[in-house]
Amino acid sequence: MLALKLRQLAKTYKNGIKALKGIDLEVESGDFFALLGPNGAGKTTAIGIVTSLVTKTSGVVEVFGHDIDRELEIAKSCIGVVPQEVNFNQFETVLTIVVNEAGFYGIARHVAKQRAEVYLKQLQLWDRRHSTARSLSGGMKRRLMIARALMHQPELLILDEPTAGVDIEVRRSMWEFLRMINGEGTTIILTTHYLEEAENLCRNVAIIDGGRIIERDSMANVLRKLQTEVFVLNLRDARTAVPRLEGFSASLADDHTLEVELSRGQSLNQVFAQLSAQGIEIDSMRNKVNRLEELFVRLVDSRGRGGAGEAVA
Amino acid sequence: MSAAPAGRARARWIGFQTILIREFGRIVRIWGQTLLPPAVTSTLYFVIFGSLIGRRVGQVGGHDYMQFIAPGLIMMTVIQNSYGNVVSSFFGAKFGKHLEELLVAPLPNWLIVLGYALGGVLRGFMVGTVVTIVSLFFTRLGLLHPVLIVSAAFLTSFVFALGGFVNAMLAKNFDQISWFPTFILTPLTYLGGVFYSIQMLPGWALDASHANPILYMVSAFRYGFLGTADVGVRLAFAIMVSAAVGMFSLAVVLMNRGVGIRD
Repeated sequence: MLALKLRQLAKTYKNGIKALKGIDLEVESGDFFALLGPNGAGKTTAIGIVTSLVTKTSGVVEVFGHDIDRELEIAKSCIGVVPQEVNFNQFETVLTIVVNEAGFYGIARHVAKQRAEVYLKQLQLWDRRHSTARSLSGGMKRRLMIARALMHQPELLILDEPTAGVDIEVRRSMWEFLRMINGEGTTIILTTHYLEEAENLCRNVAIIDGGRIIERDSMANVLRKLQTEVFVLNLRDARTAVPRLEGFSASLADDHTLEVELSRGQSLNQVFAQLSAQGIEIDSMRNKVNRLEELFVRLVDSRGRGGAGEAVA
Repeated sequence: MSAAPAGRARARWIGFQTILIREFGRIVRIWGQTLLPPAVTSTLYFVIFGSLIGRRVGQVGGHDYMQFIAPGLIMMTVIQNSYGNVVSSFFGAKFGKHLEELLVAPLPNWLIVLGYALGGVLRGFMVGTVVTIVSLFFTRLGLLHPVLIVSAAFLTSFVFALGGFVNAMLAKNFDQISWFPTFILTPLTYLGGVFYSIQMLPGWALDASHANPILYMVSAFRYGFLGTADVGVRLAFAIMVSAAVGMFSLAVVLMNRGVGIRD
């Protein structure tokens, strides 16, 4: 079953900006789906239309088969949304915010209080339940928005840049939590600027740019399309010259850090073998650039060269 | 997963209750801005206009001046507070973006309008009760027609709560939520027979006063306490009911069109 279906969805704002130019998108139930794109690509507009914060110009939106033009209330009840910007009353307490949100979705107050305890504990906010929202840290506010979105136990959870501005530790714990609720059956659609986030969490991806979907595939297939990858090797001993690596492009970032670029088909074993033969020991290794980022740049560049569509202002 | 009609009605009822609970919570949370000022202001009105000036005025409409102005002052407070509650709560929600909590929820627009309007009515009644208690320190108030008193207060606060809602929808900044109360609402209230009987006015002013809807509201309310009114009570209720229906329809139409709240 499809959790979300968009057909020829278009949006032109009053100022004439065409934010969406007829996008088609399908997201399967149970998926963990990434919607990627640069600022102004149309991600937030698409999410805004699905969650009825933005009025579409044309096209069809169905949430679990419910057309938002005909069954808006039912479609809305299927969706939980975590917006990009903090949008709760900063003067209300954490508990009030989540319990009231459940009420807006028709959840009885005593049930809402039970769920509030579950989700606030899972998101490490229970101890702050009587604090006003404005007293929370940035990471806590993000977690509060997730707890709020889950209060009516939506089948589809949409997160618009959920980890923007939070530290790595909080981000990782939020990833764990999202994986858990996805594992329990909640379909998740995620937009993010942290492309590593999408790579880590999502099974399928759509890339949107200039109001059009320019790529839609499984994350694995998308990653396979990458041509090169740069690895950063931390050397045990300092070096002043770049080691000789036949068939590879390499450079020294500093005397202990070697960067090696591998093309598709090349193996890291070959790199290690050559370095080992020269008596060079490796302490650790990591990817230099985010691979999705690389893909994204390549897709947008190729599209730009092909002149496939106008850019959104 | 289509909700059965009964289930949807219950969900709507809970949603509606939640809006009211949130509005009540807001009124109580900021009691220093909502409940206290009317008590202070009305005390000053009673002291200055009632005790000091009122003694020199004598009787109006067959009643002590203090007795005459008490219902008017209560109604004036109800009007200002029902309007002020919704305009500030709704515009604050719009400005702070937490209105989105309601816009993404499965609640019909008319229910959101009704919830906010009755939140305004709630504050009107709470503040009206406070001012009524204050007035009893200064004068005696009979309850000749209690149903009429409550009905007039309800309809009036409902109309002005909806006025605040429409103002908040149309407003783009905080200046624009103060224009209507300052330049329209306050003059109409002061000229609506709160402090005087329109029978005291010259002919042209008497005629002009009949174009002021607040006159009918104050008169009907005063009739409930004192049994005297500047205008016919039936006409007053007809105007109040019409205004309530008209304002509610306008607010729902604006919500359906997403004026000022949806791109």
